[in-house]
Amino acid sequence: MSQPWTRVTRQAPKITQFPPKGKRRLAEISSRREQPKIPVFDILPSKGWLSLNLSELWQYRELLFILIWRDIKVRYKQTVLGAAWAVLQPLLTMVVFNIFLGKLVPKSDIPYPVFTFAALLPWQLFSHALTESGNSLVANQNLITKVYFPRIIIPLAAVLSGLVDFVIAFGVLLVIMMVYGIMPTVAILMLPFLILLAIATALAAGLWLSAINVEYRDVRYAIPFLAQFWFYASPIVYPVNLLSLKWRILYALNPMVGVIEGFRWALLGAHGFEASVMLVSTGVVIVMLIGGVIYFRRMEDTFADIV
Amino acid sequence: MTDTAIFVENLSKRYRIGAQQERYKTVRDSLVSALKGIVNHSRSQPKNTIWALKDISFTVQQGEVLGVIGRNGAGKSTLLKILSRITRPTTGHAQVHGRVGSLLEVGTGFHPELTGRENIYLNGAIIGMRRSEIDRKFDEIVAFAEIEKFLDTPVKRYSSGMYVRLAFAVAAHLEPEILLVDEVLAVGDAAFQKKCLGKMSEVAGGGRTVLFVSHNMTAVKRLCTRTIYLREGQINFNGDTHTAIDMYLGAFAQQLRVEFPPRPDQPIRIHQLEILNKDGQPAEGDIETSEGFCIRVMYDVNLPVRGVHAFLRIHLQEGETLLSTGDADTAPERFGERFPGRYVADIVIPPRLLGEGNYTITWSAGIPFLTNYDVELHAVSFRVLDFQTSRGEFIHNRRPGYLALDLDWNYLKTDN
Repeated sequence: MSQPWTRVTRQAPKITQFPPKGKRRLAEISSRREQPKIPVFDILPSKGWLSLNLSELWQYRELLFILIWRDIKVRYKQTVLGAAWAVLQPLLTMVVFNIFLGKLVPKSDIPYPVFTFAALLPWQLFSHALTESGNSLVANQNLITKVYFPRIIIPLAAVLSGLVDFVIAFGVLLVIMMVYGIMPTVAILMLPFLILLAIATALAAGLWLSAINVEYRDVRYAIPFLAQFWFYASPIVYPVNLLSLKWRILYALNPMVGVIEGFRWALLGAHGFEASVMLVSTGVVIVMLIGGVIYFRRMEDTFADIV
Repeated sequence: MTDTAIFVENLSKRYRIGAQQERYKTVRDSLVSALKGIVNHSRSQPKNTIWALKDISFTVQQGEVLGVIGRNGAGKSTLLKILSRITRPTTGHAQVHGRVGSLLEVGTGFHPELTGRENIYLNGAIIGMRRSEIDRKFDEIVAFAEIEKFLDTPVKRYSSGMYVRLAFAVAAHLEPEILLVDEVLAVGDAAFQKKCLGKMSEVAGGGRTVLFVSHNMTAVKRLCTRTIYLREGQINFNGDTHTAIDMYLGAFAQQLRVEFPPRPDQPIRIHQLEILNKDGQPAEGDIETSEGFCIRVMYDVNLPVRGVHAFLRIHLQEGETLLSTGDADTAPERFGERFPGRYVADIVIPPRLLGEGNYTITWSAGIPFLTNYDVELHAVSFRVLDFQTSRGEFIHNRRPGYLALDLDWNYLKTDN
C-alpha cells in the first residue's frame, strides 16, 4: 500500500473537518452533488440579542418587494388623484409657508420656495415612515401570526414604499429649480449618500416605533403629534443659522437637521453649511439605527404572541 | 434510508392569559403596575400563565404523513406555530430539515382591493414561493381554482366559494420539503373539500413530509400513516392512526358551557355559548333526544355593522357538519344594521331530531362572501342519548343514522 492510502484509513470515518482532505475529497464531492443541499433549522427559545442575519433578509427580498408593491398599489387604487398626491402634498405645503413665512425669514440668495421644497423632500420620506411604519406590525398581524419571515421586512417595506413619492417629488424639485434658474453644484454627487442617510433615519424611527407599538398601543396615537412637533423642530421652513453656533450642535441631535441641511447643500450649494452639524446628526442616526435594530430583534420573538 | 425530517425534544410553550391580555397595554398601565410592584414587594411568578405544550418529544421521518389530533386547546396549533418559527418555545428544542411551508390558514395576506391575479402573486410570495415558481405554476393554479374568467376582478367581488378555491389553489402548489397543515380543509363546500383531500393525498404521496392537524377524522384516516394524540399539551399517544383516533373519540368529554375572552377590537365577538335543557336550565350530563334542547348564544356587537350574519354549525364527532343555521335564515331583516350591545339568542333543537352521538358546535359571524369577523371552532361539545326507543343503545350498538326523526310509513292498500 502506498503512503496516501494508509493516511486515509487512519482518518476517522466521519468527516469532522471541512473541506474533507486527501483522497476522500472526490468521493465526498460526488456524493454531495447527488444530494441537493437541505437547509436545517434549529428552533430554540430566544436568547436575547440576535444578529441581524442579512443573508436571510436577502433570501426574502422578493417578499420585501412585493409588500412594497402591495402598499403602493393599494394606496393609489381607489383614489382620483393617485400619484398626483406625491406632488401636491409638498407643493401645497411649500406654497402655504411661502405665503405666511416667506417675508419673515431673513433673505438669502436661495429663493424661499426652493429653500423649503428641498427640505420637504427628505421630510416627506421621514414623516411617511413615521406614520406608515408605526402601525405596520399591528396592521399586518394576519401575516405575523401565520407565516414565517424576518419581521423586520414589514417596517422596512413601509419605509421604502415612500421612495416612490420621493422620486416623484424629486422630479418636481428639479422643475422648480429650473424655473428659478438654480443649477446644482458638484456637491450633488453626495446626493446618493444623503438619500441613504434619509432612508436610514426613516428606518431607525420606523423600527423603534413599530416595535414599541406592538406592546404599547398608544404609540400609534402619539405619532401625529410627534410628526407635527418634529416638523417644527427641523429646519424646514427656517434656516439653521437662526441659532448661534453652540446651540446648533445641540440642535443637530435631531437627525433630520443633518439630513435636511445635507440635502440643501447637495442640491443648492454650500450656504451656511456646517460640517459639525452633519457629523452630530449622522452620529445620532447611526446610534438610533443600530439601537433600533437591536431592540427590534430582541422583541421580534414576542410579536406573534402579543400582537 | 430515510432521514429525520422533524426532530422535537422536550418542547414546551407557556402563554400569559387573563386580564393582562384583554386590554392592550398602555404606557400608563405599565407605570402603574410597576409602582404597585414597588409598593407591594410582590415579585412572584406570573399567576395567569398556561402551558400550551408540556415536554413534547417526537420525530418525523422524511416522507411520513403525521396526523395531530386532539381537542381544542390541546396545543396542536401551538405546535405548528413553533415548528413554523412563528413563535418560539419557552423551553426545549426542535430541528427541521428542509424548507417548511405552513398552511395555517388559507388566503393569508389576500387583499380585497387587488385582483385575483395580483393576489396569487402576493399570497404566493407570502407563503414562500419564488416569483419564478409562481410564473411557472400560474396556469395550474388558475385551473385548480376554476376562476379563469375572474382573474382581473378585485377579490372583494368574489363569492366565498371562489375566494376559498383561489386561496387553497395557491397554497396547494407550494412545494416545500416539509408541509405543516392546520385544518385548512375546514372550509368550502363538499365538492371542494373532496378536491382538497385529493390534492393533499397527491402531495402526501409525493414523498413530502407532512404534519396534518385536523378535527376531520375521515381525512386523518385517509392521509396519515401515523398519528399523535395531544391532550392538554402533552402527547397522549403516538402511533397507529386508527388507535389514536379511537383514543381521541373515546375521551370525548362534554363541554356544555363555554365563556370566551372578549375582544373589544372586533365588530362582533361571542361571549358565551351554552346548552340548555328543555326547561331552559343549563344542561348537565347527556341530553335525551326526545326532550329536545336549546342552544343559547350570547354575543357582543362592539361596532355598528350591517350585512352581518351569525352562524352556528353542529358537527358530528368525526368533524363533518351536520347542519348549519344562520340567524338571518328566517329573518332577513337581520342583515340590516346591528347596533352595539349584548345579544342573547336561543336556538331550539326540536325533540327527536338528533340521533345518539357526540356532537360539537362551531360559531362564526361575519359578512357572507366577504369577511369572517369571529370564529370559534368546536367550542361546545355534547352527547345525545336515546333511551326512549329501540334505536338507542348507547352509541356503540345504536341503529345507524345521524338523525332520530320519527317518520310515518303510510301503507297503501294492496291485495294481501
